[in-house]
Amino acid sequence: MSTATTREPQRRTFTAAASNYIDERTSVSTFVKELGRKAFPDHWSFLLGEVALFSFLVILITGTFLTFFFQASMAEVEYDGSYVPLKGVEMSVAMASTLDISFDLRGGLFVRQMHHWAALMFVAAIGLHMLRIFFTGAFRKPRELNWVIGFVMFILAMGEGFTGYSLPDDLLSGNGLRIIDGMIKGIPLIGTWTSFLLFGGEFPGTAIVGRLYTLHILLLPVILLALIALHLMFVVVHKHTQYAAPGRTQQNAVGPPILPIYAAKAGGFFFLVFGVLALIASLFTINPIWNYGPYDPSPVSAGTQPDWYIGFADGALRLIPPGWEFVLFDRTWSFNILVPLVGLGLFIATVLIYPFVEAWVTGDKREHHIVDRPRNNPTRTAIGAAGVTFYAVLWAAAASDIIATHFKLTMEGVIHSLQALLFLGPIVAYFVAKRVCIALQKKDREIVLHGYESGRIVKLPGGEFIEVHQPLDEYDRWKLVSYESYEPLMIRPNARGKITVGQRLRAGMSRWFFEDRIAPVTKGELEAAHHDHH
Amino acid sequence: MAQDDHSGTELAAADSSHAETVPAVKTGTALIQSDAFENPGFPPHRPRVTDEDPKKEKRAQRTVYTLFYLSILGSIWAIAAYMLFPMEGNDVGDVRLNNLFIGLGAALALLGIGFGAVHWAKAVMTDVEIADERHKVGGNQVAREGAVKVFQDADRESGFSRRAVIRNSLIGALLVFPLPAVVLFRGLAPQDENPVELLSHTMWKAGTRLTLDPSGVPIKASDVTIGSAFHVIPEGLSELHHGKLEEKAKAAVLLMRLNPDELNELPDRASWSYDGIVAYSKICTHVGCPVALYEQHTHHLLCPCHQSQFDVANHCEVIFGPAARPLPQLPIMVDDEGYLVAQSDFTEPVGPSFWERH
Repeated sequence: MSTATTREPQRRTFTAAASNYIDERTSVSTFVKELGRKAFPDHWSFLLGEVALFSFLVILITGTFLTFFFQASMAEVEYDGSYVPLKGVEMSVAMASTLDISFDLRGGLFVRQMHHWAALMFVAAIGLHMLRIFFTGAFRKPRELNWVIGFVMFILAMGEGFTGYSLPDDLLSGNGLRIIDGMIKGIPLIGTWTSFLLFGGEFPGTAIVGRLYTLHILLLPVILLALIALHLMFVVVHKHTQYAAPGRTQQNAVGPPILPIYAAKAGGFFFLVFGVLALIASLFTINPIWNYGPYDPSPVSAGTQPDWYIGFADGALRLIPPGWEFVLFDRTWSFNILVPLVGLGLFIATVLIYPFVEAWVTGDKREHHIVDRPRNNPTRTAIGAAGVTFYAVLWAAAASDIIATHFKLTMEGVIHSLQALLFLGPIVAYFVAKRVCIALQKKDREIVLHGYESGRIVKLPGGEFIEVHQPLDEYDRWKLVSYESYEPLMIRPNARGKITVGQRLRAGMSRWFFEDRIAPVTKGELEAAHHDHH
Repeated sequence: MAQDDHSGTELAAADSSHAETVPAVKTGTALIQSDAFENPGFPPHRPRVTDEDPKKEKRAQRTVYTLFYLSILGSIWAIAAYMLFPMEGNDVGDVRLNNLFIGLGAALALLGIGFGAVHWAKAVMTDVEIADERHKVGGNQVAREGAVKVFQDADRESGFSRRAVIRNSLIGALLVFPLPAVVLFRGLAPQDENPVELLSHTMWKAGTRLTLDPSGVPIKASDVTIGSAFHVIPEGLSELHHGKLEEKAKAAVLLMRLNPDELNELPDRASWSYDGIVAYSKICTHVGCPVALYEQHTHHLLCPCHQSQFDVANHCEVIFGPAARPLPQLPIMVDDEGYLVAQSDFTEPVGPSFWERH
């Protein structure tokens, strides 16, 4: 170890001398001692957050390179680069410089594609990471605030994605901005002026690319970096969660030490994420703006798609039936815009406040460091499945035209089916997920009580065939029995003898959550089961 | 922090010390069973093959350094590819090779390090798991009381609670001081322009010729055959030096000729077409995409963004999709030379709806 204490005389190696020099000026030894041998619980699902973090680093590295060559100007120039089909075409400097990065800068296309792929991976990894946190209940006390921070980062990541997508000022990104402009204009009271201020005049204007660039490379990254720092700081303060396993308790954190194993694995994993992104960028084209041409408000091609993470919002716009717009009090009320905006707002607000709702329903004030298997909280898992289905239908709706053309269906048929699915899908998903969870819990109980099927068939002297069930050892059993279930709340009058509306609501929700529940097997039950066998 | 000295204890030591303490905090409606199973403690350590077989360990080590050497090779390859695959001509194939080989080299360089480090950690490094004790996240009683005292002292010494006038005036000042900064952002858009005014007018005027997009060639009524459709911009748009795209975003028009029998015109718009030739705004009334797809035999226009459909035969009313209003019609006629011209500007704002539109 290089903390260089002088307790025993040792050879003054260079490392020791350098460590001593640095420590005497930074007190870094305190941190090394404090953090260096912390246990870091290990599980493949914990890597999703790391993928997000490392993709972000790749985005920073590649993005910084791109800023040296990209010019965020909407001044008109005649393109004179190497891409022949566009030679002589009028376009903005932003578009021309993006083409130059792609066709006249060695390795430029590679870095540009890596940047775009990393951005897609970043948002995807955050989404999956959030699902992991949700379905395992890792958002419970003391981690609710970190859920909020992560949620904000998810929104910012989509903002980063959209602003970046808009920078090349190509036909597709211009149309994306046109849609944003149309949506903003549909907001009552402030819409018209908000759009006017954002675009610095009428759409498209000559300001928007420069403004989005400031957001994209300065404001949003700075906020993201600050939140990432806070997010990771909380991970240190809380220590990482762990799955139930023998020896792991709410009072310990079990895993390989940060130095050396975790550091080597996580450090290596950074290079793996970076490497996979490099591989994808070298093999697969992304956002070929040269095929789209510069932005022009008039042409558009069929089958255009936004980047995947904006799909759900685009899909929401598509599912509105005709005619949802009224003139009332001499003003235009665009419910075809407002309903998707408010609907999606409520959806993501539900995601944001879910941890607080669940905490209120259970009334559980303990810290939870052992995360749940999704089956052991069937209602939560079912709510998650319903949410995922809702999102998935909106996402599919963003590809309604592609679905119609590829599967030879009518546009109307696709939209009407998706409209119905948007409401029915989550309900079906809810009940299916809940029943599957409860069935899995029952199977767990069965295995604990009667052992697992060994596949060994034995013929008894009487001619009867039975399959031998192998009992679990105590370690395997622990994984199946070490969870807690909750009872529905009993309403009781408060000190003034009243039952408040809040209490009623809480009791109702508690019933909804915990009415159907499977309790883990207890020692007594196992004994009774053994008794039956003999 | 003194308790933290336990951190880093190896599993065997931690094993004995987890008597579940009775939680002092509220458990809510959690069902705590009295005869629940007890945690059996850590299972016995299972050695890896590399722990037991020195040959396998050697092999793992060889794999690790081979991967690191491969990484070096990848980096060199990427640098070589930078030089070997220049992009000098106008050949797109050069770009593809440059991208592919620099990329593959970089990928090998990165993946070599990644796989090497992970394999080192998993197969070669000593396989230890340790158990850290967790502590309640909230500070201990002493710290919390200390913090409360700090705030109480600060409050007493400053008079923050007591001197309400000072405190409230400060809060007031702090609330007001960012307002000038907000006002400065008014400058994001031009001072002397009103968006409602701008959105209500386009370049079209009485007598403006309809010309082809993007060439700007005027269109003769006789050139428009039945069933054809033209992308149209107002004459003079291509010559604009300022605000070309802004004008185009409002003035783009689709020109179609239908069999006059199939055209069902509103009585007050009977004079807006010419011999079955009609002109409609190309900007979708939903969120402003160009409604660029014309289906000739049904006379339907389809917006490729959100699939709103408009029926040209019925004054472009919405027949499907999220748009609410018909596409605005541009009144047209023919001038002395037989060219199509506008009778006036659109009679309503084109494009997406906005609050002040009525």
